[in-house]
Amino acid sequence: MSGKPLRTPLYGAHVKLKARMVDFHGWEMPIQYAGIIEEHTAVRTRVGLFDLSHMGRVRIQGRDRRAFLQKILTINVDKVPEGKCRYTFFLTEKGTPIDDLILYAGGPDDFLVVNASNRERDLEWMKSHLSGDVKIVDETLETALIAVQGPRSVETVKAVLGIDPSGMGYYTFATLGEFFVSRTGYTGEDGFEIIVPAARSVEIWEKFIDHHVAPIGLGARDTLRTEAAMPLYGNDLDEATTPLEAGLTFAVDLDKPEFIGQTALKAAGAPGRRLVGLVMESKRIPRQGFEVFHEGKKAGVITSGTWSPVLERSIAMAYLPTALREPGTAVEIDVRGRREKASVVKLPFYRRKKS
Amino acid sequence: MRPDDYKYSESHEWIKYNEKKKEATVGITDYAVKQLADLVHIDLPKVGDNIEQGAPFGEIESVKTVADLVSPLTGKIIEVNKEVGGDLDTLKEEPFEDGWLIKIKPSDPAELESLMTKKEYEEFLEASEEDKEDKDDKKDEDVDEDDFV
Repeated sequence: MSGKPLRTPLYGAHVKLKARMVDFHGWEMPIQYAGIIEEHTAVRTRVGLFDLSHMGRVRIQGRDRRAFLQKILTINVDKVPEGKCRYTFFLTEKGTPIDDLILYAGGPDDFLVVNASNRERDLEWMKSHLSGDVKIVDETLETALIAVQGPRSVETVKAVLGIDPSGMGYYTFATLGEFFVSRTGYTGEDGFEIIVPAARSVEIWEKFIDHHVAPIGLGARDTLRTEAAMPLYGNDLDEATTPLEAGLTFAVDLDKPEFIGQTALKAAGAPGRRLVGLVMESKRIPRQGFEVFHEGKKAGVITSGTWSPVLERSIAMAYLPTALREPGTAVEIDVRGRREKASVVKLPFYRRKKS
Repeated sequence: MRPDDYKYSESHEWIKYNEKKKEATVGITDYAVKQLADLVHIDLPKVGDNIEQGAPFGEIESVKTVADLVSPLTGKIIEVNKEVGGDLDTLKEEPFEDGWLIKIKPSDPAELESLMTKKEYEEFLEASEEDKEDKDDKKDEDVDEDDFV
Protein backbone atom coordinates (compact mmCIF):
# COMPACT_ATOMS: atom_id res chain seq x y z
CA MET A 1 0.00 0.00 0.00
CA SER A 2 1.42 3.39 -0.84
CA GLY A 3 0.36 7.00 -0.63
CA LYS A 4 -1.80 8.57 2.03
CA PRO A 5 -3.66 6.13 4.26
CA LEU A 6 -7.36 5.75 3.51
CA ARG A 7 -9.89 6.82 6.12
CA THR A 8 -13.33 5.34 6.69
CA PRO A 9 -16.34 7.69 6.87
CA LEU A 10 -16.14 7.19 10.66
CA TYR A 11 -12.56 8.47 11.04
CA GLY A 12 -13.72 11.72 12.68
CA ALA A 13 -15.96 9.80 15.07
CA HIS A 14 -12.95 7.72 16.24
CA VAL A 15 -10.82 10.80 16.80
CA LYS A 16 -13.67 12.36 18.77
CA LEU A 17 -13.69 9.25 21.00
CA LYS A 18 -9.92 9.67 21.49
CA ALA A 19 -9.11 6.32 19.89
CA ARG A 20 -5.48 5.42 19.33
CA MET A 21 -5.18 5.27 15.52
CA VAL A 22 -2.81 3.05 13.51
CA ASP A 23 -2.08 2.36 9.87
CA PHE A 24 -3.67 -0.99 9.08
CA HIS A 25 -2.91 -2.19 5.54
CA GLY A 26 -3.22 1.35 4.21
CA TRP A 27 -6.22 2.33 6.34
CA GLU A 28 -6.05 4.63 9.34
CA MET A 29 -8.00 2.63 11.91
CA PRO A 30 -8.70 2.68 15.67
CA ILE A 31 -6.55 0.12 17.50
CA GLN A 32 -8.12 0.85 20.88
CA TYR A 33 -10.41 3.20 22.79
CA ALA A 34 -10.75 2.36 26.52
CA GLY A 35 -8.20 -0.50 26.38
CA ILE A 36 -8.04 -3.93 24.77
CA ILE A 37 -9.05 -5.99 27.82
CA GLU A 38 -11.91 -3.68 28.79
CA GLU A 39 -13.21 -3.67 25.21
CA HIS A 40 -12.83 -7.45 24.94
CA THR A 41 -14.85 -7.93 28.13
CA ALA A 42 -17.57 -5.56 26.90
CA VAL A 43 -18.13 -7.77 23.82
CA ARG A 44 -18.03 -11.06 25.78
CA THR A 45 -20.45 -9.89 28.47
CA ARG A 46 -22.52 -7.06 26.94
CA VAL A 47 -22.18 -5.52 23.49
CA GLY A 48 -19.62 -3.64 21.41
CA LEU A 49 -19.50 -1.54 18.25
CA PHE A 50 -16.94 -1.91 15.44
CA ASP A 51 -16.09 0.15 12.37
CA LEU A 52 -15.27 -2.42 9.68
CA SER A 53 -15.63 -0.04 6.76
CA HIS A 54 -12.11 -0.88 5.62
CA MET A 55 -13.24 -4.39 4.64
CA GLY A 56 -13.87 -4.90 0.94
CA ARG A 57 -17.51 -5.01 -0.19
CA VAL A 58 -17.95 -6.25 -3.74
CA ARG A 59 -21.17 -6.78 -5.69
CA ILE A 60 -21.26 -9.44 -8.42
CA GLN A 61 -23.87 -8.85 -11.12
CA GLY A 62 -24.86 -10.30 -14.47
CA ARG A 63 -26.53 -13.37 -15.99
CA ASP A 64 -23.42 -15.54 -15.77
CA ARG A 65 -22.40 -14.58 -12.24
CA ARG A 66 -23.32 -17.96 -10.73
CA ALA A 67 -21.06 -19.87 -13.12
CA PHE A 68 -18.31 -17.34 -12.38
CA LEU A 69 -18.67 -17.73 -8.59
CA GLN A 70 -18.82 -21.50 -8.94
CA LYS A 71 -15.41 -21.38 -10.63
CA ILE A 72 -13.70 -19.00 -8.16
CA LEU A 73 -15.21 -20.14 -4.82
CA THR A 74 -14.52 -23.34 -2.86
CA ILE A 75 -18.15 -23.91 -1.86
CA ASN A 76 -20.92 -25.18 -4.11
CA VAL A 77 -22.81 -21.94 -4.70
CA ASP A 78 -25.76 -23.82 -6.23
CA LYS A 79 -26.40 -25.32 -2.80
CA VAL A 80 -26.40 -22.02 -0.92
CA PRO A 81 -29.98 -20.83 -0.48
CA GLU A 82 -30.77 -17.20 -1.23
CA GLY A 83 -30.43 -15.07 1.89
CA LYS A 84 -27.64 -17.15 3.42
CA CYS A 85 -24.03 -16.16 4.14
CA ARG A 86 -21.20 -18.66 3.70
CA TYR A 87 -17.50 -18.59 4.60
CA THR A 88 -15.35 -19.52 1.59
CA PHE A 89 -12.00 -19.01 -0.19
CA PHE A 90 -10.35 -17.74 -3.33
CA LEU A 91 -7.53 -20.22 -4.02
CA THR A 92 -4.45 -20.28 -6.21
CA GLU A 93 -4.05 -23.15 -8.67
CA LYS A 94 -1.92 -24.73 -5.92
CA GLY A 95 -4.94 -24.80 -3.61
CA THR A 96 -3.62 -22.15 -1.24
CA PRO A 97 -5.72 -19.15 -0.15
CA ILE A 98 -5.51 -15.81 -1.94
CA ASP A 99 -8.14 -14.64 0.54
CA ASP A 100 -10.90 -15.87 2.82
CA LEU A 101 -14.27 -14.21 2.49
CA ILE A 102 -18.02 -14.29 3.06
CA LEU A 103 -20.49 -14.91 0.23
CA TYR A 104 -23.93 -13.32 0.60
CA ALA A 105 -25.97 -15.45 -1.77
CA GLY A 106 -28.63 -14.06 -4.06
CA GLY A 107 -31.25 -11.44 -4.14
CA PRO A 108 -30.86 -10.25 -7.01
CA ASP A 109 -27.05 -9.90 -7.06
CA ASP A 110 -24.44 -11.80 -5.11
CA PHE A 111 -22.24 -9.99 -2.66
CA LEU A 112 -18.78 -10.65 -1.23
CA VAL A 113 -17.03 -9.27 1.87
CA VAL A 114 -13.25 -9.65 1.61
CA ASN A 115 -10.25 -8.66 3.72
CA ALA A 116 -9.14 -5.02 3.59
CA SER A 117 -5.54 -6.13 3.10
CA ASN A 118 -6.44 -8.13 -0.03
CA ARG A 119 -9.19 -6.05 -1.64
CA GLU A 120 -7.20 -4.69 -4.59
CA ARG A 121 -5.48 -8.01 -5.23
CA ASP A 122 -8.82 -9.85 -5.04
CA LEU A 123 -10.44 -7.48 -7.53
CA GLU A 124 -7.58 -7.92 -9.96
CA TRP A 125 -7.62 -11.69 -9.55
CA MET A 126 -11.41 -11.91 -10.05
CA LYS A 127 -11.20 -9.73 -13.16
CA SER A 128 -8.52 -12.02 -14.60
CA HIS A 129 -11.00 -14.91 -14.43
CA LEU A 130 -14.05 -13.09 -15.83
CA SER A 131 -16.12 -14.78 -18.52
CA GLY A 132 -19.57 -14.15 -19.96
CA ASP A 133 -22.00 -11.57 -18.59
CA VAL A 134 -20.49 -10.74 -15.18
CA LYS A 135 -19.94 -7.34 -13.61
CA ILE A 136 -17.79 -6.73 -10.52
CA VAL A 137 -18.67 -3.58 -8.58
CA ASP A 138 -16.48 -2.45 -5.69
CA GLU A 139 -18.80 -0.64 -3.26
CA THR A 140 -16.28 -0.32 -0.43
CA LEU A 141 -15.88 3.43 -0.53
CA GLU A 142 -19.57 4.31 -0.92
CA THR A 143 -20.78 2.54 2.19
CA ALA A 144 -19.81 1.97 5.80
CA LEU A 145 -19.80 -1.39 7.59
CA ILE A 146 -20.67 -1.29 11.27
CA ALA A 147 -20.67 -4.41 13.45
CA VAL A 148 -22.63 -4.87 16.67
CA GLN A 149 -21.32 -7.89 18.59
CA GLY A 150 -22.05 -9.44 21.96
CA PRO A 151 -24.84 -11.16 23.90
CA ARG A 152 -26.93 -7.98 23.93
CA SER A 153 -26.73 -7.41 20.17
CA VAL A 154 -30.39 -8.12 19.39
CA GLU A 155 -31.84 -5.77 21.98
CA THR A 156 -29.27 -3.11 21.10
CA VAL A 157 -30.03 -3.17 17.36
CA LYS A 158 -33.76 -3.08 18.14
CA ALA A 159 -33.43 -0.10 20.45
CA VAL A 160 -31.00 1.93 18.37
CA LEU A 161 -32.10 1.25 14.78
CA GLY A 162 -35.78 0.50 15.38
CA ILE A 163 -35.63 -2.77 13.40
CA ASP A 164 -36.21 -6.30 14.66
CA PRO A 165 -33.47 -8.74 13.64
CA SER A 166 -34.42 -11.39 16.22
CA GLY A 167 -35.96 -13.70 13.60
CA MET A 168 -32.76 -13.89 11.55
CA GLY A 169 -30.83 -17.16 11.68
CA TYR A 170 -27.05 -17.21 12.18
CA TYR A 171 -25.25 -16.59 8.88
CA THR A 172 -28.27 -15.12 7.12
CA PHE A 173 -28.82 -11.61 5.77
CA ALA A 174 -31.81 -9.38 5.08
CA THR A 175 -32.77 -5.83 4.24
CA LEU A 176 -34.54 -4.46 7.31
CA GLY A 177 -35.91 -0.97 6.80
CA GLU A 178 -33.06 1.00 5.27
CA PHE A 179 -30.36 -1.34 6.57
CA PHE A 180 -28.57 -4.27 4.93
CA VAL A 181 -28.04 -6.59 7.90
CA SER A 182 -26.28 -9.94 8.30
CA ARG A 183 -26.11 -12.05 11.45
CA THR A 184 -22.38 -12.62 11.17
CA GLY A 185 -19.19 -11.61 12.96
CA TYR A 186 -15.58 -12.23 13.86
CA THR A 187 -15.75 -12.34 17.65
CA GLY A 188 -17.27 -15.69 18.63
CA GLU A 189 -20.37 -13.89 19.90
CA ASP A 190 -23.84 -13.39 18.47
CA GLY A 191 -24.07 -10.18 16.50
CA PHE A 192 -24.76 -8.28 13.32
CA GLU A 193 -22.84 -6.59 10.55
CA ILE A 194 -24.74 -3.68 9.05
CA ILE A 195 -24.01 -1.88 5.79
CA VAL A 196 -25.15 1.74 5.65
CA PRO A 197 -24.61 4.58 3.16
CA ALA A 198 -21.36 6.42 3.95
CA ALA A 199 -23.23 9.70 4.29
CA ARG A 200 -25.37 8.38 7.15
CA SER A 201 -22.75 6.36 8.96
CA VAL A 202 -21.65 8.96 11.52
CA GLU A 203 -25.19 9.66 12.63
CA ILE A 204 -25.89 5.92 13.02
CA TRP A 205 -22.55 5.26 14.80
CA GLU A 206 -23.25 8.06 17.26
CA LYS A 207 -26.71 6.70 18.02
CA PHE A 208 -25.04 3.48 19.23
CA ILE A 209 -22.45 5.44 21.22
CA ASP A 210 -25.22 7.53 22.84
CA HIS A 211 -26.88 4.24 23.76
CA HIS A 212 -23.66 3.39 25.72
CA VAL A 213 -22.47 0.70 23.34
CA ALA A 214 -18.69 0.39 23.81
CA PRO A 215 -16.60 1.17 20.72
CA ILE A 216 -14.12 -1.66 20.01
CA GLY A 217 -10.77 -1.27 18.22
CA LEU A 218 -8.72 -3.65 16.10
CA GLY A 219 -6.72 -4.70 19.19
CA ALA A 220 -9.71 -6.32 20.89
CA ARG A 221 -11.01 -7.56 17.52
CA ASP A 222 -7.81 -9.61 17.34
CA THR A 223 -8.01 -11.01 20.90
CA LEU A 224 -11.71 -11.84 20.36
CA ARG A 225 -11.18 -13.67 17.06
CA THR A 226 -8.13 -15.51 18.41
CA GLU A 227 -10.06 -16.82 21.44
CA ALA A 228 -12.75 -17.98 19.00
CA ALA A 229 -9.97 -19.54 16.82
CA MET A 230 -11.18 -17.69 13.75
CA PRO A 231 -8.27 -17.54 11.30
CA LEU A 232 -6.78 -14.26 10.13
CA TYR A 233 -5.46 -13.96 6.60
CA GLY A 234 -1.78 -13.00 6.69
CA ASN A 235 -1.33 -14.80 10.03
CA ASP A 236 -3.01 -18.20 10.00
CA LEU A 237 -3.75 -18.32 6.28
CA ASP A 238 -1.62 -17.36 3.32
CA GLU A 239 -0.44 -18.74 0.01
CA ALA A 240 1.82 -21.23 1.80
CA THR A 241 -1.06 -22.97 3.64
CA THR A 242 -4.18 -24.84 2.57
CA PRO A 243 -7.71 -24.62 3.99
CA LEU A 244 -7.46 -28.32 4.83
CA GLU A 245 -4.34 -27.80 6.96
CA ALA A 246 -6.23 -25.01 8.71
CA GLY A 247 -9.08 -27.43 9.47
CA LEU A 248 -11.56 -25.35 7.45
CA THR A 249 -12.98 -28.32 5.54
CA PHE A 250 -16.54 -27.05 5.99
CA ALA A 251 -15.69 -24.23 3.57
CA VAL A 252 -14.29 -26.48 0.84
CA ASP A 253 -16.43 -28.84 -1.24
CA LEU A 254 -13.96 -31.03 -3.13
CA ASP A 255 -16.81 -32.83 -4.91
CA LYS A 256 -18.47 -29.76 -6.40
CA PRO A 257 -18.07 -28.79 -10.09
CA GLU A 258 -14.63 -27.53 -11.03
CA PHE A 259 -13.11 -24.60 -9.11
CA ILE A 260 -9.64 -23.04 -9.08
CA GLY A 261 -7.36 -24.99 -6.73
CA GLN A 262 -9.57 -28.10 -6.64
CA THR A 263 -7.20 -30.36 -8.58
CA ALA A 264 -4.25 -29.51 -6.34
CA LEU A 265 -6.24 -30.03 -3.12
CA LYS A 266 -7.56 -33.39 -4.32
CA ALA A 267 -4.05 -34.49 -5.29
CA ALA A 268 -2.57 -33.37 -1.97
CA GLY A 269 -4.72 -35.78 0.07
CA ALA A 270 -4.70 -35.72 3.87
CA PRO A 271 -2.63 -32.81 5.21
CA GLY A 272 0.68 -33.58 6.91
CA ARG A 273 0.34 -30.65 9.28
CA ARG A 274 -2.59 -29.02 11.05
CA LEU A 275 -3.43 -25.74 12.70
CA VAL A 276 -3.59 -26.43 16.44
CA GLY A 277 -4.33 -24.46 19.59
CA LEU A 278 -1.65 -23.99 22.25
CA VAL A 279 -1.97 -22.79 25.84
CA MET A 280 1.19 -21.67 27.65
CA GLU A 281 2.12 -22.14 31.28
CA SER A 282 3.85 -18.77 31.50
CA LYS A 283 2.03 -15.50 31.02
CA ARG A 284 4.61 -14.36 28.46
CA ILE A 285 2.87 -14.00 25.11
CA PRO A 286 3.81 -16.23 22.16
CA ARG A 287 3.60 -13.99 19.11
CA GLN A 288 3.48 -14.57 15.35
CA GLY A 289 6.75 -16.03 14.06
CA PHE A 290 7.92 -17.60 17.35
CA GLU A 291 9.17 -21.17 16.93
CA VAL A 292 7.53 -24.25 18.44
CA PHE A 293 9.58 -27.28 19.53
CA HIS A 294 8.62 -30.87 20.30
CA GLU A 295 11.13 -33.06 22.13
CA GLY A 296 13.85 -30.56 21.31
CA LYS A 297 13.17 -30.44 17.57
CA LYS A 298 11.57 -27.58 15.70
CA ALA A 299 7.97 -28.55 14.95
CA GLY A 300 6.36 -25.35 13.68
CA VAL A 301 5.83 -21.61 13.95
CA ILE A 302 3.24 -19.52 15.79
CA THR A 303 0.76 -17.94 13.37
CA SER A 304 -1.30 -16.01 15.96
CA GLY A 305 -0.75 -15.54 19.65
CA THR A 306 -2.14 -13.31 22.32
CA TRP A 307 -3.38 -12.98 25.85
CA SER A 308 -6.82 -14.52 26.42
CA PRO A 309 -8.78 -12.27 28.78
CA VAL A 310 -11.39 -15.02 29.27
CA LEU A 311 -8.97 -17.87 30.06
CA GLU A 312 -6.44 -15.50 31.65
CA ARG A 313 -3.75 -17.47 29.83
CA SER A 314 -1.43 -16.89 26.92
CA ILE A 315 -2.80 -18.67 23.85
CA ALA A 316 -1.55 -19.30 20.33
CA MET A 317 -2.16 -21.15 17.10
CA ALA A 318 0.54 -22.90 15.07
CA TYR A 319 0.86 -25.40 12.25
CA LEU A 320 2.26 -28.64 13.72
CA PRO A 321 2.76 -32.12 12.22
CA THR A 322 -0.55 -34.01 12.22
CA ALA A 323 0.83 -36.51 14.76
CA LEU A 324 1.15 -33.71 17.34
CA ARG A 325 -2.43 -32.46 17.13
CA GLU A 326 -3.74 -34.57 20.04
CA PRO A 327 -4.87 -32.37 22.97
CA GLY A 328 -2.43 -32.68 25.83
CA THR A 329 0.68 -32.98 23.64
CA ALA A 330 3.52 -31.11 25.36
CA VAL A 331 5.55 -28.62 23.31
CA GLU A 332 7.84 -25.68 23.96
CA ILE A 333 7.68 -22.20 22.48
CA ASP A 334 10.79 -20.07 22.09
CA VAL A 335 9.84 -16.70 23.57
CA ARG A 336 12.78 -14.37 22.90
CA GLY A 337 15.41 -17.01 23.58
CA ARG A 338 13.73 -18.80 26.46
CA ARG A 339 11.76 -22.01 25.93
CA GLU A 340 8.33 -21.86 27.56
CA LYS A 341 6.13 -24.91 28.21
CA ALA A 342 2.84 -25.16 26.33
CA SER A 343 0.31 -27.85 25.52
CA VAL A 344 -1.96 -28.58 22.61
CA VAL A 345 -5.65 -27.89 23.28
CA LYS A 346 -8.83 -28.39 21.29
CA LEU A 347 -9.95 -25.33 19.31
CA PRO A 348 -11.63 -22.95 19.82
CA PHE A 349 -10.21 -21.60 23.06
CA TYR A 350 -13.57 -20.00 23.79
CA ARG A 351 -17.08 -21.00 22.73
CA ARG A 352 -20.13 -18.98 23.72
CA LYS A 353 -23.03 -20.60 25.52
CA LYS A 354 -25.88 -20.67 23.07
CA SER A 355 -29.26 -19.66 24.42
CA MET B 1 1.81 13.22 39.88
CA ARG B 2 5.46 12.75 38.88
CA PRO B 3 7.57 13.37 42.00
CA ASP B 4 9.91 16.40 41.79
CA ASP B 5 12.76 14.77 43.68
CA TYR B 6 13.01 11.68 41.43
CA LYS B 7 15.33 11.24 38.45
CA TYR B 8 14.11 9.92 35.09
CA SER B 9 15.59 8.01 32.14
CA GLU B 10 14.89 8.21 28.42
CA SER B 11 13.56 4.67 28.56
CA HIS B 12 10.92 5.85 31.07
CA GLU B 13 12.30 4.45 34.32
CA TRP B 14 12.24 6.59 37.45
CA ILE B 15 14.89 6.57 40.19
CA LYS B 16 14.48 7.63 43.78
CA TYR B 17 17.87 7.93 45.46
CA ASN B 18 18.28 7.67 49.22
CA GLU B 19 21.48 9.62 50.06
CA LYS B 20 21.77 8.25 53.59
CA LYS B 21 21.38 4.57 52.72
CA LYS B 22 23.07 4.99 49.30
CA GLU B 23 20.20 3.01 47.76
CA ALA B 24 18.18 3.66 44.62
CA THR B 25 14.59 2.57 44.08
CA VAL B 26 13.61 2.04 40.42
CA GLY B 27 10.22 1.89 38.71
CA ILE B 28 8.59 2.84 35.42
CA THR B 29 6.75 6.09 34.81
CA ASP B 30 3.03 6.67 34.34
CA TYR B 31 3.84 7.52 30.70
CA ALA B 32 5.40 4.08 30.13
CA VAL B 33 2.44 2.35 31.78
CA LYS B 34 -0.03 4.27 29.63
CA GLN B 35 1.86 3.55 26.41
CA LEU B 36 2.10 -0.18 27.14
CA ALA B 37 -1.57 -0.40 28.22
CA ASP B 38 -3.24 -3.72 29.17
CA LEU B 39 -0.32 -5.15 31.18
CA VAL B 40 -0.24 -8.94 31.51
CA HIS B 41 3.18 -9.93 32.77
CA ILE B 42 6.40 -8.64 34.29
CA ASP B 43 9.74 -10.43 34.59
CA LEU B 44 12.03 -9.10 37.34
CA PRO B 45 15.59 -10.13 38.31
CA LYS B 46 16.67 -11.77 41.57
CA VAL B 47 18.18 -10.19 44.65
CA GLY B 48 21.96 -10.32 44.32
CA ASP B 49 21.99 -9.95 40.52
CA ASN B 50 24.38 -7.38 39.13
CA ILE B 51 22.95 -4.92 36.66
CA GLU B 52 24.50 -2.38 34.35
CA GLN B 53 23.41 1.07 33.31
CA GLY B 54 21.66 0.89 29.93
CA ALA B 55 21.25 -2.92 29.97
CA PRO B 56 17.92 -4.73 30.37
CA PHE B 57 17.11 -6.12 33.83
CA GLY B 58 13.71 -7.58 32.96
CA GLU B 59 10.74 -7.26 30.65
CA ILE B 60 7.20 -6.03 30.85
CA GLU B 61 4.54 -7.33 28.51
CA SER B 62 1.13 -6.03 27.51
CA VAL B 63 -1.48 -7.54 25.19
CA LYS B 64 -0.04 -5.75 22.20
CA THR B 65 3.66 -5.39 22.93
CA VAL B 66 6.66 -6.23 25.11
CA ALA B 67 9.32 -3.86 26.41
CA ASP B 68 12.67 -4.27 28.13
CA LEU B 69 13.10 -2.78 31.57
CA VAL B 70 16.34 -0.83 31.26
CA SER B 71 18.60 -0.27 34.24
CA PRO B 72 19.28 3.42 34.84
CA LEU B 73 22.27 2.63 37.09
CA THR B 74 25.05 0.07 37.55
CA GLY B 75 25.01 -1.90 40.78
CA LYS B 76 23.64 -4.87 42.71
CA ILE B 77 19.98 -5.66 43.30
CA ILE B 78 19.17 -5.63 47.01
CA GLU B 79 15.39 -5.93 46.90
CA VAL B 80 12.69 -6.89 44.38
CA ASN B 81 9.01 -5.95 44.61
CA LYS B 82 7.35 -9.37 44.76
CA GLU B 83 3.84 -7.95 45.12
CA VAL B 84 3.74 -6.09 41.84
CA GLY B 85 3.91 -9.16 39.58
CA GLY B 86 0.72 -10.54 41.09
CA ASP B 87 -1.14 -7.26 40.81
CA LEU B 88 -0.10 -5.24 37.79
CA ASP B 89 -2.90 -2.75 38.48
CA THR B 90 -0.57 -1.28 41.10
CA LEU B 91 1.57 0.00 38.24
CA LYS B 92 -1.42 1.78 36.78
CA GLU B 93 -2.63 3.19 40.08
CA GLU B 94 0.62 4.01 41.88
CA PRO B 95 3.55 3.81 39.46
CA PHE B 96 5.71 6.06 41.67
CA GLU B 97 4.95 4.46 45.05
CA ASP B 98 3.72 0.89 45.54
CA GLY B 99 4.53 0.16 41.91
CA TRP B 100 8.31 0.30 42.46
CA LEU B 101 10.17 -2.62 40.87
CA ILE B 102 13.69 -3.02 42.30
CA LYS B 103 16.11 -1.48 44.79
CA ILE B 104 19.74 -1.13 43.77
CA LYS B 105 22.98 -0.50 45.61
CA PRO B 106 24.67 1.63 42.92
CA SER B 107 28.37 1.03 42.43
CA ASP B 108 28.82 4.47 40.91
CA PRO B 109 26.34 7.04 42.28
CA ALA B 110 27.86 9.61 39.89
CA GLU B 111 25.77 7.90 37.16
CA LEU B 112 22.79 9.69 38.68
CA GLU B 113 24.09 12.85 37.03
CA SER B 114 23.42 11.34 33.60
CA LEU B 115 19.68 11.05 34.36
CA MET B 116 17.00 13.68 33.83
CA THR B 117 15.21 15.84 36.37
CA LYS B 118 11.42 15.84 36.31
CA LYS B 119 11.41 19.06 34.29
CA GLU B 120 13.88 17.66 31.78
CA TYR B 121 11.90 14.43 31.49
CA GLU B 122 8.69 16.30 30.78
CA GLU B 123 10.42 18.36 28.10
CA PHE B 124 11.81 15.13 26.68
CA LEU B 125 8.27 13.66 26.53
CA GLU B 126 6.92 16.73 24.78
CA ALA B 127 9.74 16.67 22.24
CA SER B 128 9.27 12.98 21.48
CA GLU B 129 5.50 13.46 21.06
CA GLU B 130 6.16 16.27 18.56
CA ASP B 131 8.67 14.08 16.82
CA LYS B 132 6.08 11.34 16.56
CA GLU B 133 3.49 13.69 15.09
CA ASP B 134 6.09 14.83 12.60
CA LYS B 135 6.69 11.27 11.54
CA ASP B 136 2.96 10.56 11.39
CA ASP B 137 2.59 13.32 8.83
CA LYS B 138 5.32 11.88 6.68
CA LYS B 139 4.71 8.18 6.96
CA ASP B 140 3.73 6.38 3.84
CA GLU B 141 4.61 2.76 4.08
CA ASP B 142 5.04 2.70 7.81
CA VAL B 143 2.60 -0.20 8.23
CA ASP B 144 2.79 -1.41 11.77
CA GLU B 145 0.14 -4.06 11.89
CA ASP B 146 2.12 -7.14 12.80
CA ASP B 147 1.26 -7.06 16.48
CA PHE B 148 -2.36 -6.53 15.76
CA VAL B 149 -5.16 -7.84 13.60
